[in-house]
Amino acid sequence: MRILSLAGRRLAASIPTLFLILIGVFLLLQFAPGDTVDAMMAQMGGGDAATARELRKFYGLDLSIPAQLGNYLWRLVRLDLGFSSIYGKPVASVILERLPPTILLMTASLSFAFFFGLVFGVIAARGVNRWPDTLISTLGLIFYATPSFWFGLMAIVVFSVYLQWLPPGGFEDIGTVQTGIWRVLDVASHLVLPTLTLGLIFLAIYLRIMRASMLEVLNLDYVRTARAKGLDETRVVTRHVLRNALLPMVTLIGLQAGTMLGGSVVVESVFSLPGLGRLAYESVVQRDLNTLLGIVFVSALLVITVNFVVDLIYARLDPRITAG
Amino acid sequence: MDAVKRYFRSPAAVAGLILLLVVIAMAISAGWFYPRDPLALAGRPLIWPFSNPRFLLGTDNSGRDIAAQIFYGARISLLIGGVATAIAILIGILVGAFAGYYGGWVDNVLMRITEAFQTLPNFVLLLVLVAVFGSTLTTVTIAVGVVSWPAPARLTRAEFLSLRNREFVQAGRTLGMKNIQLIFGEILPNALPPVIVYASVVMAVSILLESALAFLRLSDPNVASWGNLIGLGRDVLRVQWYVSAIPGIAILVTVLAVSLVGQGLNDALNPRLKGR
Repeated sequence: MRILSLAGRRLAASIPTLFLILIGVFLLLQFAPGDTVDAMMAQMGGGDAATARELRKFYGLDLSIPAQLGNYLWRLVRLDLGFSSIYGKPVASVILERLPPTILLMTASLSFAFFFGLVFGVIAARGVNRWPDTLISTLGLIFYATPSFWFGLMAIVVFSVYLQWLPPGGFEDIGTVQTGIWRVLDVASHLVLPTLTLGLIFLAIYLRIMRASMLEVLNLDYVRTARAKGLDETRVVTRHVLRNALLPMVTLIGLQAGTMLGGSVVVESVFSLPGLGRLAYESVVQRDLNTLLGIVFVSALLVITVNFVVDLIYARLDPRITAG
Repeated sequence: MDAVKRYFRSPAAVAGLILLLVVIAMAISAGWFYPRDPLALAGRPLIWPFSNPRFLLGTDNSGRDIAAQIFYGARISLLIGGVATAIAILIGILVGAFAGYYGGWVDNVLMRITEAFQTLPNFVLLLVLVAVFGSTLTTVTIAVGVVSWPAPARLTRAEFLSLRNREFVQAGRTLGMKNIQLIFGEILPNALPPVIVYASVVMAVSILLESALAFLRLSDPNVASWGNLIGLGRDVLRVQWYVSAIPGIAILVTVLAVSLVGQGLNDALNPRLKGR
């Protein structure tokens, strides 16, 4: 219960942050050239000034900026994100349609990066300054410096064009209608390359942090006690070191959630996945500012949710946190 | 001087420095080797690398020399990386210094704003900024700097929190020094080294951010940028994959060099933390 109240308090503290972001971005978007009505008029193929005036009045765009902001926030409280004139439906439903691929991609990349970062970090720390460590650390540095979109393109060339093992893009095969397990497998095969592409830089970060925190924990007194007790090295690592060494990794998930969401904008564009990131890109190109603002809201919400979950996991891993 | 010696004892740090110097040399010498506009038509489109001695790295889809674009791209990447980093570090130091020194409500307000910036994915904010202010070289550089300051701000704040009640600060205060003098004259020089080291991380990320933006064709299309070239090569990826491959290697090498130099500096300045 203490865990929940602690995490709950952190969650409550993030509500003002959310409003700060929305107000900031809303005011920022007032400087953007052209508004929703301009975009709609362009879609309709032009129109006279009277129609524009009517439309502005209809959407409440003729009010003063503070009044518009007030309206927007009030609609937001009722979870109404406005209307996307480009897609011709409410922003909330546009975003909801695009959310599943992004969440799937982020979960898969995070699991990939976390698991292999952990394994490689442990291997590197166990053989510190010997060849496995040097090899893993060097690879980590190179992965860190690789631009994700470039890695994605090269992966397409190798695995889709030359070897033809994996599809070059898309979320599922649209040529055939599949159900059940075949659909799952089909989506999974489409997500292999995007997951690797997005996860690569995080793999590099996780393995570096895991190695450092393993090295730190391995030097603590209680580990010497465990060894003195006669435990073999594998047991020392799995039962005693790992749990404590994991704490910085878990913290990092919360810190990196935003970066990962940003990275998925690029990765989804490379692999033409119909996700939230690609929607963000499209709404910038098409000047669909309502949708863009909605995406800002949803991505901030996602980051806050991830941090809430991280708080819960953290408290579970380290009981001392709730005692303090 | 010990720090310099320690720096040169690490092979990785030396390798990083050499790579960085090569990239800088490319940026400086671009005008000598390729006096013509790198975005001007140079020859037949899509000549493979090493097949024509006039175009060592081949030509892209519209017949522009790839090697020339790589040399000029070094200028753009270093320029955007350097200026954006300077902006981010400057904002970060100001915010972090005031928050850490004054504490109380100043700290509260500034940290709330920092948190807001950290909650919003930085690439999404970058998209918003580009959508609003357009994508010229200047706006993109400023935008990249503006989305990167929260981490240096937190670092500076942490340093200030640990330094602000030290004896040398109290001595300054008894001497009647003003707050501004204490912040910038006394505490900041002591708080600076870790922030400067962190600048290498900011620079690496800035270069990657700009190239990603350019790849999406949301950066300045009128300059020879590596990201632009990768985005262009995407149209001919299936066969002429080298158009995208070559500039990507340039980005990789530059970011790698910057990170290696940063890590080398870190190990040289904080010898006790070496190997972490």
